[in-house]
Amino acid sequence: MKNAMHDMTVAELAAGLKAKTFSATEVAQHFVARAQADTTGSFLALNPEVTLAQAQAADARLSSGTAGALEGVPLGHKDIFVTKDFPTTAGSKMLEGYRSPFDATLVQRLGAGGAGMVTVGKLSCDEFAMGSGNENCAYGPVKNPWDASRVPGGSSGGSAAAIAARVVPAATGTDTGGSIRQPASFCGITGIKPTYGRASRYGMIAYASSLDQGGPMARTAQDCALLLSAMCGPDPDRDSTSLDVPAEDFTASLNADLKGLRVGIPKEFFGEGLAADVRAAVDGALAELTKLGATLVPISLPRTELSIPVYYIIAPAEASSNLSRFDGVKFGHRAKDFTDLESMYKLSRAEGFGSEVKRRIMTGTYVLSHGYYDAYYLQAQKIRRMIADDFQQAFKQCDVIAGPVAPKVAWKLGENANDPVADYLADIFTLPASLAGLPGMSVPAGFGTPDMPGSETGSAKPLPVGLQLIGNYFKEAQLLNVAHRLQQATDFHLRKPQGV
Amino acid sequence: MSLTSQDIDRIANLARLALQPSEAEHMREQINGFFSIVEAMQAVDTTGVQPLAHPVAAIQDVQLRLREDVVSEPNNREANQQSAPAVERGLFLVPKVIE
Repeated sequence: MKNAMHDMTVAELAAGLKAKTFSATEVAQHFVARAQADTTGSFLALNPEVTLAQAQAADARLSSGTAGALEGVPLGHKDIFVTKDFPTTAGSKMLEGYRSPFDATLVQRLGAGGAGMVTVGKLSCDEFAMGSGNENCAYGPVKNPWDASRVPGGSSGGSAAAIAARVVPAATGTDTGGSIRQPASFCGITGIKPTYGRASRYGMIAYASSLDQGGPMARTAQDCALLLSAMCGPDPDRDSTSLDVPAEDFTASLNADLKGLRVGIPKEFFGEGLAADVRAAVDGALAELTKLGATLVPISLPRTELSIPVYYIIAPAEASSNLSRFDGVKFGHRAKDFTDLESMYKLSRAEGFGSEVKRRIMTGTYVLSHGYYDAYYLQAQKIRRMIADDFQQAFKQCDVIAGPVAPKVAWKLGENANDPVADYLADIFTLPASLAGLPGMSVPAGFGTPDMPGSETGSAKPLPVGLQLIGNYFKEAQLLNVAHRLQQATDFHLRKPQGV
Repeated sequence: MSLTSQDIDRIANLARLALQPSEAEHMREQINGFFSIVEAMQAVDTTGVQPLAHPVAAIQDVQLRLREDVVSEPNNREANQQSAPAVERGLFLVPKVIE
């Protein structure tokens, strides 16, 4: 065998399984062992028995000719997706020990009877997906495989770290304000958030329902295309915001020529706040795109900065409503000592939720409360439309938009611990596409070079930098095409952290 | 705008969160810190702009659909109650609310 299994892509593993070069059981054993030896803290739950049983069932389907498109290929699920066979915590003490009676739609579609993938385990995330560094997980932080003293990004930090550390070839993530794109950037992998409404939210524990969207994370754009093809498609009876847009084969146009492609460069993404090392890597990737025949077009997204308050009003408002279901009655933590029903609610919620979650519930409750709704929530939703309209103006001049994912490389664990607003500000480049519901992705663009003036990374180790690509509604295939062609011309996505 | 400790108490009550006094004070400082970046939003003229709830409604009509009002799920009480803190004879238990 040329490559160790854990160095193989989803496409290579799927081909090897179909050709019977190895069995799903052998593959599962290999990855379970990797997961058990993992030092990044990416996993919140493993269940080797279940994983091997799924692999045996996959082998049976491979033999009987009933195999799915990715039959037997392992993956991890962000712990925000409910699963019957593994506990689901959403990174919260509130759901410690919780067992879902059903699988999320995306878990079903990727698993047995769908694409046929085998679940290795559940991956760490910020509590209820609220965070940008995975530091808000109640079960401890995750280490960035490129530098263990740094965050992997968030909220899908476990997914990104496990893929970068070659513990799983692919994983699910969810993106509300950047939670697929930013950790993908920080860990040097590839991730895509589809158009809001294309992938079912059923069984994805809700944070901010008008923004939450699941998507795949993997090392290559091709692998993301393979997973996304299995994930998208209407779920009309179970997700009321699911769009009636058919599933699509996102691999079909991966190799399309980029000649004549107009890439919009928003000037607001390249201002003072952008670290020099990130800018250098992004500029390098943009230069590669021009070599491939693309033209760079200056554009403007004038309300980029406003997306921060708009998002941090809308998302907490929706969160305060969604998280009201955690009352210590039907599931989740219940306080031991209480005097009556109301004190049971209040104490159960105070004990079960972490501080960032409480802060967002409080903010959301306030902006929705009588007398403040118009000034905050409604005003934010109006500006949200203006931000979405800005994108439509921009797309008159360009086919895709490109820029940095985040203003700087992965920060040190604990660096923003007492300053939640610092985390919020770092989301500036991912929030606009989230608010507009547009597809967005991160593709490895290079590495931060800490000795460059203005980079402020203070790290001797190379830290990954992602290029963000934003497409118009339903243009996922185009983003994946651009990312794939970039990956044919560069090798950043193939590089491995030291010691992996 | 600046929230007082009374505001925090009122919001915590609405949100059904029991906050320790020190936690409430810390929360007040942090939320006020956040609202300093919200001010920029207030200056935006949004006269005549329709609020956007489903983002794809920016380009096309999106109707929130209703499914047929028919039973679609089988009775799965045991599995549905397996993670409940207190259950008896298939019922969720809560503290006494009616004397």
